[in-house]
Amino acid sequence: MIKTTAQKIYTALIFIFLYAPIATLIVLSFNASKTRAKWGGFTVKWYAALFDNADIMQALYNTLAIALLSAIFATLIGTVAALSIQGMKKRSRAILISITNIPMLNAEIVTGISLMLLFLTVGARFGFGTILLSHITFNIPYVILSVMPRLKQLNPSVYEAALDLGASPWRAFFKVVFPELLPGVLSGFLMAFTMSLDDFIITHFTKGPGVDTLSTKIYTEVKKGIKPEMYALSTLIFVTVLVLLLLVNKAPRPKEKQTLQGTKKGTAK
Amino acid sequence: MKKKMMIRTLGCLLTMSCAAALLTGCSAKTASGENGQVVVYNWGEYIDPETIEMFEEETGIQVVYDEYETNEIMYPKVETGASAYDVICPSDYMISKMIGNNLLAELNFDNMPNAKANIGAQYWEQSQGFDPENKYSVPYCWGTVGILYNKTMVEEPVDSWSILWDEKYTDNILMQDSVRDAFMVALKLNGNSMNSLDEGELAAARDLLIRQKPLVQAYVIDQVRDKMIGGEAALGVIYSGEAIFTQRENADLEYVIPKEGTNVWIDSWVIPKNAPNPENAEKFIDFMCRGDIALKNFEYITYSTPNEAARELIEDEDLKNSQIAFPDLSQYANLETFTYLGEDGDALYNEMWKEVKSN
Amino acid sequence: MNKSSKKTAVPRTPWPTGRYMAAPYLLWSAAFILIPLAMIFYYGLTDKSGAFTLENVLSIGTPQHAKALLIALLLSLVSTLICLLLAYPLAMILARRGISQHSFIVLLFILPMWMNFLLRTLAWQTLLEKTGVINSVLSFLGLPALNIINTPAAIILGMVYNFLPFMVLPLYNALTKIDGNVVNAAHDLGANGVQTFFRVIFPLSLPGVISGITMVFVPALTTFVISNLLGGSKILLIGNVIEQEFTQASNWHLGSGLSIVLMAFILVNMLLTAIFDKNGEGTSL
Repeated sequence: MIKTTAQKIYTALIFIFLYAPIATLIVLSFNASKTRAKWGGFTVKWYAALFDNADIMQALYNTLAIALLSAIFATLIGTVAALSIQGMKKRSRAILISITNIPMLNAEIVTGISLMLLFLTVGARFGFGTILLSHITFNIPYVILSVMPRLKQLNPSVYEAALDLGASPWRAFFKVVFPELLPGVLSGFLMAFTMSLDDFIITHFTKGPGVDTLSTKIYTEVKKGIKPEMYALSTLIFVTVLVLLLLVNKAPRPKEKQTLQGTKKGTAK
Repeated sequence: MKKKMMIRTLGCLLTMSCAAALLTGCSAKTASGENGQVVVYNWGEYIDPETIEMFEEETGIQVVYDEYETNEIMYPKVETGASAYDVICPSDYMISKMIGNNLLAELNFDNMPNAKANIGAQYWEQSQGFDPENKYSVPYCWGTVGILYNKTMVEEPVDSWSILWDEKYTDNILMQDSVRDAFMVALKLNGNSMNSLDEGELAAARDLLIRQKPLVQAYVIDQVRDKMIGGEAALGVIYSGEAIFTQRENADLEYVIPKEGTNVWIDSWVIPKNAPNPENAEKFIDFMCRGDIALKNFEYITYSTPNEAARELIEDEDLKNSQIAFPDLSQYANLETFTYLGEDGDALYNEMWKEVKSN
Repeated sequence: MNKSSKKTAVPRTPWPTGRYMAAPYLLWSAAFILIPLAMIFYYGLTDKSGAFTLENVLSIGTPQHAKALLIALLLSLVSTLICLLLAYPLAMILARRGISQHSFIVLLFILPMWMNFLLRTLAWQTLLEKTGVINSVLSFLGLPALNIINTPAAIILGMVYNFLPFMVLPLYNALTKIDGNVVNAAHDLGANGVQTFFRVIFPLSLPGVISGITMVFVPALTTFVISNLLGGSKILLIGNVIEQEFTQASNWHLGSGLSIVLMAFILVNMLLTAIFDKNGEGTSL
């Protein structure tokens, strides 16, 4: 009893640590004063101002578009790559996994600068396209590394059984193998989407005129003082995602499916 | 079950972001203006966004607006031609570097009547320090660098940079986190020029800064503003434009130009040689020089305007005669403007600054 | 074609693959990972005139650069250790909650990242400042003030805060994979709690530990934003030096040279990962 209470307190403390700054930002979004150093009374005017601010809305659009597109492309390329890496001989596999690790392990600033140097050399026009290419690049490893463990857990005999029962290889793959990979693919996608959303350093070095994401916009504002509209926008994004999460988690699930899934899990082990 | 939930969550997130993307996408400007466009590269938060909209409405030229944080970040982007800009707003010493490296186009002042008429003579004269024949630049903002202090935390009168070395204020001092500004303070205190290339003078300034470091609470750029408003520190080195804003928010704050002299800086509009739309660029610069537009910008960013017509239009008498926004420069000794020091000079400063920071 | 390859296929690939399947990724990584990396090496190993030099790389030996590297190493090691100590018990508690809440738990750690990294770090400034939220609460309670803003302690706090999820998630993944029967067997064989932990649970979670360490240590070692925002720019880390060479001093050669040095540290890290984690499983998130 004491033990579980201690555990609950510990977990709670960690989550307070993780969410305290977020609570601070939410409070600041209701601050009537333009500077974060002073509490000027409660207001919701920044929320209204937010939707009139074409710059912030454009940055939000860029951020979401880049996150979505880069996550989709990274998921496609990464999943195919993971499938082919799994089928490789040990040595080429080790080499490819090392290459995959480079963007994850390299300092973000080095990745950002190296991509900037590349785009400069080939004379690319800096803008939406260069940011997108860079984001796909650093997102692919997250997908590969989410899919690979799933591939390893896979039981090859299931696939072979499907073949023996007369399914074509592609059909067998999509009916038998792919559903097992799906959670890995999806969590890779989610991770990629999130990393793209939160990236600042690489975007900073690969962006061009007039194309801002929320991160780069915030960075220019850090030096001049963050606009309260930014707090309001962050609060809205955060609350929306949180509410969605809670809804999805609390939604009652059909009983029947639950048991089905349960037995599936049992046999898989 | 885990899978199901993941799929549902993702579905919701995706729908949401697509919806948001569509919504914001509608309001986004994508089409080019009927009269082409102009690509502007300016400091962050350095213009009233309304003036851009007014320009677009009046001229039918679409403005593509981009921001930078320091002259040094801007420079390589323009030099390598990675991005083609039409109008840029660098500071004095950076303009002389860009002129020296043949990156700027000569301006045709016949296309810019407002610039000729409204910018005060003294600012053209001052610009000659970096643009000797006034051929390449049109002043946009100017100001001084001084000490902002909190009257409730500092007892003695503040009139010298030396107070930033007073141990009484340990952990209560905010310094500028940029090479030239930090060295300016130390060089001026030692009675040297802030454009000095003398190794002995620089070493002395470096040692002074190292001696100051234990007293400094933080090296910051524009965050001086928030921290001083919040009463985090007693003294801070700040740009005059920020000082006006901070005083509005916290009446205990006072700004002084120290007696040893300081930096009088100018940020000016220039057009790079590789500008794709130079005519539109000239229209943009001229528009920004119109009295009512310059006034709007002054009121929004609170940095001093060199635009005489705009100053005449200021309604608030206190602001119009503010010694912070429009100081009588003849009262101060040893005022200087930064000049470009050359590659070796820059390297020397950077090396010494690194020694200060890593100490 | 697929039909014929089925007969000859090695069972390692239990789905239709071919050489062409690896092609997109190979091309991609050549264009956007290897070539850019080669360019960093080119800049790092040449001077302004384009002649070969080792000077940029060797400049890590100058007192300023060596000090920046050492402090960065020290701070990132300390924060990695703190992350590990904080995250391990948490991951164990969470892992016991059963698979049904798996995604929810993972999302709870990813969720803060939906609020911008810079904003979250700035929020710590508001919390930690002399007149900040935490000190206002402390003084209200009559407790002594907490003065850590603009000190190395604040930088460590910022690192732990930003990178903790990257430690928790791999640990949590590794721990949920441990078969409960193994733990029960250890108990049945007479092992007490401490013995079970050190002999069974911890060794089995090692891939997660290693990958967590990597995911925290590397970004902590190379950060420049956290030291600027929470350290008051008074402490120069190697990441700050590199960033300044590129953005302030415009000396790309020196910046690239120092990046090469950083990469060497990361290579060591990769080697360690390869030794401890032969299957590459732990790197999963």
